[in-house]
Amino acid sequence: MKKYDAIIIGAGHNGLTNAAYLAKAGLDVLVVEKNDYIGGAAVSRQMTDGYWYSSCSYVCSMMRQVIHRDLDLTRHGLVLVPYIGSLAFGENGNIVTSYTAEGPNYNELKKHSAHDADAMFRLMADLERYSILIRKTLLRTPPDPTSFKPRDIKELLFLAKTFWELGEAEVYEYIRFFTMSAAEFLDDYFENDFIKAVMATPGIIGTALGVDSPGSAYILLHHVMGDVDGNIGAWGLARGGMGAISNALASALQEHGGEIMTEAPVDQILVKNGKAAGIVLENGDEHYADIVVSNLDAKRTFTKIVDRKDLPPGIFKKAENFKIRGSSGKVNIALSGLPKFTGVADNRYINRGGQAFIGSMESLERAYDSWKRGTWSDDPFIESVIPSAWEPTVAPPGKHWMSNFIQYCPPQLADGPWTPEKRDAFGETVINKIERYAPGFKDLIVHMEVRTPFEIENEVGLTEGNIFQGELTIDQLLFNRPFPGYAQYRMPIKNMYMCGSSTHPGGGVSSACGANAAREILMDLGKPNTVPEDDCFDD
Amino acid sequence: MSSFDAIVIGAGHNGLVCAATLAKKGRSVLVVEAADTVGGLAQDREFHAGFKAPIAHAASSFSTQVAKALDLPRHGLDFEPAGATYGLGEDGAHVRIIGDQISGVPQADHDEFAAYRQKLLRYAKTLDVVWHNTMPRIGGGLMDAMVYAQAALKLRLLGAEDMSEFVRVLTLPMRDLIDEVFVDPKLQGLLSWDGVIGSKLAPRSPNNAVLPLLLRMNGAAGGDYLVPKGGMRAIAASLVSAAQAAGAQIRTSSPVKRIIIEGDENGERATGVELETGEVLHAKKVISSADPKTTLFKLLGQRHLEIEFTNRIKRLRTNGLVAKFHIALSGEPEIVGGPDLRGRFIIAPSFDAIEFAYDDAKYGEASADPAIEFTVPSAVDGALAPAGQHVVSANVMYAPYDEKTGWSDASRAAFSDAIIAKLKRYIPNLDQISLGHELLTPLDLEREYRVTGGHWHHAEMALEQMLMMRPTYQAAQYQTPVSGLHLCGAGSHPGGGVLGIPGWNAARQILK
Repeated sequence: MKKYDAIIIGAGHNGLTNAAYLAKAGLDVLVVEKNDYIGGAAVSRQMTDGYWYSSCSYVCSMMRQVIHRDLDLTRHGLVLVPYIGSLAFGENGNIVTSYTAEGPNYNELKKHSAHDADAMFRLMADLERYSILIRKTLLRTPPDPTSFKPRDIKELLFLAKTFWELGEAEVYEYIRFFTMSAAEFLDDYFENDFIKAVMATPGIIGTALGVDSPGSAYILLHHVMGDVDGNIGAWGLARGGMGAISNALASALQEHGGEIMTEAPVDQILVKNGKAAGIVLENGDEHYADIVVSNLDAKRTFTKIVDRKDLPPGIFKKAENFKIRGSSGKVNIALSGLPKFTGVADNRYINRGGQAFIGSMESLERAYDSWKRGTWSDDPFIESVIPSAWEPTVAPPGKHWMSNFIQYCPPQLADGPWTPEKRDAFGETVINKIERYAPGFKDLIVHMEVRTPFEIENEVGLTEGNIFQGELTIDQLLFNRPFPGYAQYRMPIKNMYMCGSSTHPGGGVSSACGANAAREILMDLGKPNTVPEDDCFDD
Repeated sequence: MSSFDAIVIGAGHNGLVCAATLAKKGRSVLVVEAADTVGGLAQDREFHAGFKAPIAHAASSFSTQVAKALDLPRHGLDFEPAGATYGLGEDGAHVRIIGDQISGVPQADHDEFAAYRQKLLRYAKTLDVVWHNTMPRIGGGLMDAMVYAQAALKLRLLGAEDMSEFVRVLTLPMRDLIDEVFVDPKLQGLLSWDGVIGSKLAPRSPNNAVLPLLLRMNGAAGGDYLVPKGGMRAIAASLVSAAQAAGAQIRTSSPVKRIIIEGDENGERATGVELETGEVLHAKKVISSADPKTTLFKLLGQRHLEIEFTNRIKRLRTNGLVAKFHIALSGEPEIVGGPDLRGRFIIAPSFDAIEFAYDDAKYGEASADPAIEFTVPSAVDGALAPAGQHVVSANVMYAPYDEKTGWSDASRAAFSDAIIAKLKRYIPNLDQISLGHELLTPLDLEREYRVTGGHWHHAEMALEQMLMMRPTYQAAQYQTPVSGLHLCGAGSHPGGGVLGIPGWNAARQILK
């Protein structure tokens, strides 16, 4: 039977990126995927006639531009369409429109608070500076702080030097930012509660933290450090839905000779003489390779597809303790027409970006309180976008599909496991809230897909439906991700690697994890590095 | 006109430690205290005729290094044997811990406990060099960087496995730290309490719990409950004795009106203080153990500070969340299950008991179902109550400083009722023996003890307000931007609690 150079488990975007770089370096690569489609959470699926849902991930910003260029993804069909402006809906008809352009944005904010309009410049400048530091680390392998290897010491000194050279005032500001809550961080800028709430929402998306929880300010950065064509903080759609990213990566992979096998769920990683040697599929088929790379999250990898006896002591426990909490839901809706939002003249900007149904700082925090109590809020935070309004390839002519991301949704309910009835009740809560802002909305619904963490886990394979493959708290970042001592993509079994978002730099459709893992693998094989190192055009 | 080498504002324990340390080195020192007694929050207050209690009811974290340096045992400081900490169960089945000993938990927790505690003690010890030194400024010369390198070396000496674990757990929420090891809900609540106490934190809050916990565990008792022989007032008494023996003067009932600033071509410098009485006292150095906002805004005045610095002090997080509750008792409280009254009792029988109590406070409400730590200090210190009678001293979370009614009579009464109702479930005879109680919200503590926000620690013990950033980076070396004006209170590194370290570090830095 054929033996591959490398088998990658999971055809999510990081798995495909990893495979593409290995194939590009001349390796014979196979990607195995449990579903009958590729892409993992970066996927476009036709769920009802003519409507293509980006069922999970729905917006693109984190994708490393250097990878986009390096793998020639544009030629492979990936086109990004930037957001121009977004709407945020508060209480009592309060609406803030945010614009990518500074001038209009300033004028709009001034209507709500002159003070905050000025403060926004300060915030944006600060966030941009903070993100530059992080961006420097995205395509680098974290050092092991306990190691005395020259490479680790060099990398550690690089980090220490980068930090030290920021100067006293700046270090102080960074530490504040990396450890504080979004609410307290934003208190330094804004006086208007609703503007604060609008800016705080990226701090809670995908995470089991509230706007008041220390650490949420950093998550905020995680959502604004991306870019579209070099515009830091910009968001965009992928033409054809998020699946276009996965399809382009798959096309790049196949061009370099890589293979993809779908409907091939892995039962176990084969370990022979202490080395990873291949995989066994659930149907019993075995496939052999010199190297096995898992794109599954760390918890799933070590507790589900590796035999515990093949692991050194302690790893199983570390995997069990890995924080990967489900906190988000998704409701995807096919619409017969464009909803009409109250208070939005001519539905302006519905066709240019997202809609966020926010409420207030308090309602955001109270939604988190509900999550803590094992239920969902009656008034959840919903981040929506109607991609078809300005990227019409994803719905029949004149029709629309709407993506709704909901924070928070618990992985387990206080009153027992999720059932189809409870799932539908959750969906009902969401559409009722939107109906309040867009009367008649419910009448437009043609088809609806409700996804709680339960559905996301079962279908995509993300434990608890955590969109980042693990919480982005300091104890699980940089050299702690996924566990201390294993942050360099090599796993405790020889010839086994990880390349998913459970590894540095974490979640988001960035391709950085997959690329970094490929660099480490090539280094171990003594092959020339094909992975771009540096993406710091903003220095 | 009197003139001193140093005037120390405030005769709380840190002010006294600072004064004693300076006096021992031959400096002429005057301590001025607004209240008519010394000791600040660690002094007894009579809250009901014949009944007293201190606000700070434990000295568990007091620095042994400071006690040794000031020869405090010779000045009368001695400790009772450590008391057990109980995680109370309503049915009388309690978790009891003292040292590495634990009872009342499932076997699995029993087996893990000593290793868990020893691990944290090891980390607390590793940081000793950090706590007992001035943290140098960032971005300074190579010498400054060296101090951090030393700390890093200490960490490396832990060994790779332990060091990785240290770096990982340092920012964990209490819940995750504990959940990984223990399964018993009462134990989980008890251990969480010690991480979140005094802070704007609940068990699920990341980043800011473990470092302060390690600081507290670095003290005399390694996390156990400890009171001095003769009660909390013995701390101030021994410090007064040490300070006076070294020649320091202490004046009580002498509130400071302002810090005197004189300017010349070399800029402004602090040259003394003016008391409320109008009396002027001069000194080469003015050292304030008051909290940073009080010192810099009330006593100094913003006009002497740069706008950037002023903003940093303004945005210091200083709102307290702990209320103090005292009850005078005509007889012995009969706690369910009959634990030793000389212990410390925690009513927080699960993570969520604390977490959900915290949720109210986020919206400016006192906890409807509060979490409580109480002691019966009169069981150890007979002077606090008439013979045969007792005092309950309780720390109650959470009580927001900025309660949304401004702590109206109604909200105070409702909160007191909630506290009593909760205590009664664990002390069934409470109603029969209760003679009266006192509620001190953070707002009350601010008014009575001149602590901004009524915050125990003068400023939140959060990473962004600790180490070389406490209280903020331009004042973290016990030196304010105003020449001759120094800080030595809980708002300085390493922080709050009855530690004595800020005062000691400040004095040694000033002597350099």
